[in-house]
Amino acid sequence: MQNYSAFSLFKQALGGHAGWQRQWRSPEPKAEYDVIIVGAGGHGLATAHYLAKEHGITNVAVVEKGWLGGGNTGRNTTIIRSNYLFDESAALYEHALKLWEGLSQDLNYNVMYSPRGVLMLAHNIHDVQSFKRHVHANRLNGIDNEWLSAEECKEFCPPLNIGAMRYPILGGALQRRGGTARHDAVAWGYARAADARGVDIIENCEVTGIRRGVNGAVEGVETSRGFIRAKKVGVSAAGHTSVIMSMAGVRLPLESYPLQALVSEPVKPAFPCVVMSNTIHAYISQSDKGEMVIGAGTDAYTSYSQRGALHIASHTLDAICELVPMFRRLRMLRNWGGIVDVTPDRSPIIAKTPVPGLYVNCGWGTGGFKATPGSGNVFAWTIARDEPHKINAPFTIERFRDGILIDEAAAAAVAH
Amino acid sequence: MLLITCPHCGPRAELEFSYGGEAHIARPVDPTGLDDEAWATFLYKRSNPKGVHAERWRHLHGCGRFFNVLRDTISDTIVTTYPAGESRPEMTSDGKENVR
Repeated sequence: MQNYSAFSLFKQALGGHAGWQRQWRSPEPKAEYDVIIVGAGGHGLATAHYLAKEHGITNVAVVEKGWLGGGNTGRNTTIIRSNYLFDESAALYEHALKLWEGLSQDLNYNVMYSPRGVLMLAHNIHDVQSFKRHVHANRLNGIDNEWLSAEECKEFCPPLNIGAMRYPILGGALQRRGGTARHDAVAWGYARAADARGVDIIENCEVTGIRRGVNGAVEGVETSRGFIRAKKVGVSAAGHTSVIMSMAGVRLPLESYPLQALVSEPVKPAFPCVVMSNTIHAYISQSDKGEMVIGAGTDAYTSYSQRGALHIASHTLDAICELVPMFRRLRMLRNWGGIVDVTPDRSPIIAKTPVPGLYVNCGWGTGGFKATPGSGNVFAWTIARDEPHKINAPFTIERFRDGILIDEAAAAAVAH
Repeated sequence: MLLITCPHCGPRAELEFSYGGEAHIARPVDPTGLDDEAWATFLYKRSNPKGVHAERWRHLHGCGRFFNVLRDTISDTIVTTYPAGESRPEMTSDGKENVR
């Protein structure tokens, strides 16, 4: 792997930038691998990276039906935070946040992690009580989160309107270590690092079946580029998890919904942090390109269409215009949808399945991006050792049977 | 936005309706006779198909009645709608009778 540094940039500049190598290969699939990961999004590529780096398993293929990072990895609003209420979720998302802090160095790739602060606004008494509870719970778990008054919110984020409006800002919970990262760079950085350790990333290779032996164990995957043998298959397919898992006869408690986002025309630096409002449902941050990145909600119905209805996006823009009146004249350039797989308790499943050799990492719903490094890290552990890491041990499929839900649905409201 | 034909009121905009999840999931007649696995299946497991999906909608800001919709989840095309209580019509995503 070509190392990236100020010196290499200088050296390549002298050569007219003609000497840069491809960041990852485009290999033909081999007949057999030790592990196949289905889905080359952030989570799948991170899994391959940690399998190679931490567990020494380098004979790995990541198969992807489209192109690398073309699904939810390239469609999210890039928000990173770990201020979840329950101990199980807090441990998982904090594990991810700690990895974010060193990720650019680990991958030798600038993922543009920017801990600019995530401010979650409270608009009514219930919000205030709920967020203060979050602040206390987070502190007990060693996670930074602090309560700000409305005036302190305004001081931290001057564009906010703390004056009279239908749902006035009563205060907010601020996680200073939260922020954003460049989503594409996360996928590319993991792909490059995994590729350098020998992982084959096979794009345009759709999984059409999962072959099982007479004892029920996984033997490999049928793909649009032929059969690939492997004793272990990890599914990391986000909104299409139900489709892939049904090929192995496994039914999961998942439903797939379109989640929309949109960006404005680029403007000069105007918005210093990430602001989220669960009550009036909007979240916004400014990308380094200058666009306002705005997240809307899910549509009401299940769908695989990767688009949603305009009234969902315009509802969010109503809220943005109230919160940040100076953005009323911004024009929106693009909007799109991604398909998110939602579990009944809004917490992910990172677990072994009833099928020997088949593992699944799914159910991230509307908030998977922030967890990318931690998710891949513990999923790699689960695949390599055939048992869960202690962090993902509670995130089983069986928790729905046994009634041990991790009920962030009620705790974290709509936006994850 | 979907244009949904309420079987009782005719075609109306999606904004008048609320979504009620997958259709034809009957509450078990004898809940105490179910083991945990069967109970979890009833509560949580859904078919989540990539293709034609039978789902409940409620005409919340209209007649207020629940009814069922067949919708293709790839294109969001509504294949047909039918009153609650009727069994699922055998239809393909282009609205033709299914002759399997």
